[in-house]
Amino acid sequence: MARLKLKEHLINRDWCKGCNICVHFCPKHVLELDSEEKVVAVRPEDCICCRLCELRCPDLAIEVITEQSDHDATSTSEDAVNTSEQDD
Amino acid sequence: MAIKDYIRQRYFPQMWCPGCGHGTILNALLRAVDELGLDKNSIVMTSGIGCSARISGYVDFHSLHTLHGRALAFATGVKLSKPELKLLVPMGDGDALAIGGNHFIHAARRNIDITAIIMNNRIYGMTGGQYSPLSGPGKKASTAPYTTIDNQFDVVNLSIAAGASFVARSTTYHVLECVDILKRAIQHKGFSVVEILSQCPTHYGRKNKEGDAVQMLEFQKKTTAKLGSKALENDPTLIPRGVFVDIDAPEYCEEYDKIMKRAMKETLQKEPLKNFGNQANQTCDMA
Repeated sequence: MARLKLKEHLINRDWCKGCNICVHFCPKHVLELDSEEKVVAVRPEDCICCRLCELRCPDLAIEVITEQSDHDATSTSEDAVNTSEQDD
Repeated sequence: MAIKDYIRQRYFPQMWCPGCGHGTILNALLRAVDELGLDKNSIVMTSGIGCSARISGYVDFHSLHTLHGRALAFATGVKLSKPELKLLVPMGDGDALAIGGNHFIHAARRNIDITAIIMNNRIYGMTGGQYSPLSGPGKKASTAPYTTIDNQFDVVNLSIAAGASFVARSTTYHVLECVDILKRAIQHKGFSVVEILSQCPTHYGRKNKEGDAVQMLEFQKKTTAKLGSKALENDPTLIPRGVFVDIDAPEYCEEYDKIMKRAMKETLQKEPLKNFGNQANQTCDMA
């Protein structure tokens, strides 16, 4: 089955307010705040395209751009969503 | 369409504080509308006053930014005159249940096809952090420096008792659940209430030592549980999330149409068509 493959994190620095929500809840610790308190993708190779950063961003400042890939990834985005948004 | 096509980009960055949950609710709502594939010209958003009410300025739907607590009254007017439009009414907790409390219960009682979204951050954020009817006892606010003594409303029970035919609760932490619930609420025919627990790190969080936005979201994760889950069974003090009521009930605009048809038919039967026409003209002239 085709997996989602990351193309890039589209970050709108003018809209980002550095609230840290995306950084804290990223299951793979891909994101960090820089010296200006704006989010940057420091480990994009670890991204599993679960889009939790994009979904939770109050400022609509981050977008995960993906492309379809036929390579099987080790973990799927659905797995990540299930583990990080636990229905407890 | 991308969600950016549903917003008025010229007003961004939005005015809410860093980490405010209202932005996440806007995000979830846009995704729900996008996933349903709704035409933005078919949606009307009315809002009242407060931090939450500013949401209507950011969406590229038809929008009405109205009086404090009266968003549902305006929405009722729009819906009755144009029943083909979808009505979304996001309200703050104070807007919906303090000054707008009566509009809220009566809209629910009529079961008019409107989606009411209660963005519950448990405080009046815009005016400086006064406590609201959803703050609950033992909470600090600028008007309660020695903590509140007022009990809070349970929005879910209140809406069910008032007659809403779709009632649900979620949080800004559980954003995927939020999108799903909003989609169901928008599709539901009748009055739907979605309470979304939101975070106000600036006032509520700071005064009640709940930390920043991230800590408040962690708190939402810890203190809520899905309806029917083991966690809720083991600890009934947790706040239940999910869909509480989803029933089919007669919808107000449809019932109103039926009454209008009946009234018109009876008038036609009683009076010959010629006279009816004259009468109609007379009423038009008078108007």
